[in-house]
Amino acid sequence: MTDFLSQLLLFWRPGLTGALLALLLPLLGLYLRLRQEYWAALAYGQVGAAGALGAMALGLPHIAGGLALGLAVAGAKHRLEKRLPPAGLFPLLFILGWSLSLLLTANLPGVERLGAALFEGQLYFAGVEMLCGAALALIVGTLFLWRTGRLLLLASLCPVHCHAQRLPVWRVGMGFDLLAAASLALAVMSLGVMGAFALVFIPPWLAFALAPGWRAALAVAPVLAFFAYVVAFVLALIHDQPFGPTLVLVLGVLALPGALAMRFAGHAESGKAHHFHPDDGKA
Amino acid sequence: MNLLQAEQLSVGWRRPAHRPVSFTLARGEILALAGPNGAGKSTLLAMLAGGGARVFSGGVRLAPSLRIGFQAQHPLPVAGVPLSGAELLALTGASPQGLPEPLTACLRRRLDKLSGGQRQYLSLWSILQAPADLLLLDEPGNHLDKAMLAGLPAVLRARAGQGAGIVLVSHDAELARACCDRLLRVESCDD
Repeated sequence: MTDFLSQLLLFWRPGLTGALLALLLPLLGLYLRLRQEYWAALAYGQVGAAGALGAMALGLPHIAGGLALGLAVAGAKHRLEKRLPPAGLFPLLFILGWSLSLLLTANLPGVERLGAALFEGQLYFAGVEMLCGAALALIVGTLFLWRTGRLLLLASLCPVHCHAQRLPVWRVGMGFDLLAAASLALAVMSLGVMGAFALVFIPPWLAFALAPGWRAALAVAPVLAFFAYVVAFVLALIHDQPFGPTLVLVLGVLALPGALAMRFAGHAESGKAHHFHPDDGKA
Repeated sequence: MNLLQAEQLSVGWRRPAHRPVSFTLARGEILALAGPNGAGKSTLLAMLAGGGARVFSGGVRLAPSLRIGFQAQHPLPVAGVPLSGAELLALTGASPQGLPEPLTACLRRRLDKLSGGQRQYLSLWSILQAPADLLLLDEPGNHLDKAMLAGLPAVLRARAGQGAGIVLVSHDAELARACCDRLLRVESCDD
């Protein structure tokens, strides 16, 4: 117990950084899932990792490098999508980011430690600047989604109606891309590539299946993610395990009963399907 | 005052989809676009919504500060999305007031758990009752059962009575006859 408390005191800053991101990432994941941009989470994360390693190799701050490359890619997304065959951009960015990251790690001894941390998801590198970045991302991200969530949702469901109503769809979409890229670049540097992806993917996946509405999904996903994060953090400290894989395992274990509940809910729903009776319409 | 005025208008994506048409629409009017499949009715509607179709001849004049609502003919992509009927109406700013009773009871349920007809009616309602001066409806009767279809002309008439102009595309000649003031035949360039 004393060991655990002393470790907790030692790692409170990275722990808090990750906790803040564990609240933001599932919210972003809900909108990424809605926009059918699952791959974006992996792509932005991997590109952010490559940017961080590249910056470190050049003797620049790795956080700035990760953010800069992530934001540059998000900013160029629309142009790149127009020039490439459909549905190829994010998988391509993911594998290119992965390749660049591993080549940098393999060939530049100075970045080896950071590279290993990014892939294994060790929390111990988060300093004050990461904590401030995560806090800022959570505040900006929550405010942004609170103000624009309705439009993001409507644009995914009725794009031509949004266009007809002259709603600022493009501007808001670009804002969301930049927010997602910056948040994922930060998250990768704190939680590792797969840990960040798991927080973007699994809680929204469960929330999409189980929540009775969008508002409920906005509550369910961050609660699940935060709970899994705290459990994984404690387990990783007590058992001296790499954090990223522990988090993915906890989320995976959480997803199993969720998936079973989904299956059960699906059967129950199909069993009591409501059929519209012709007389119903005569109101 | 006219909400829109089209003169010798011909639109399409890569080439003109239909022969030039001229028409006007005033507040409170309902105009149906009729014609065979592929005649360019939906393309014309999409162009009026600013949806990207190209103007090949003529032009269209819209009243200043016109608020347009557009209902696509494809079903809402809500499969697997946790969105309730009430949330859909809130998204477009549509009021649930006047919604038929059985559908009011469905408002709290997820859209992807409703029948295709219930989902289509709520989707149509969300656009029909949204704040708009001009409503563009592409096949509003799709997936509706007889009872819902029978009540649709009254709903469209009531909305037009509130001052909205409506242009609708429908392959259902009975629906078009029952609710429209005028019918415009759109003919493909290939005919």
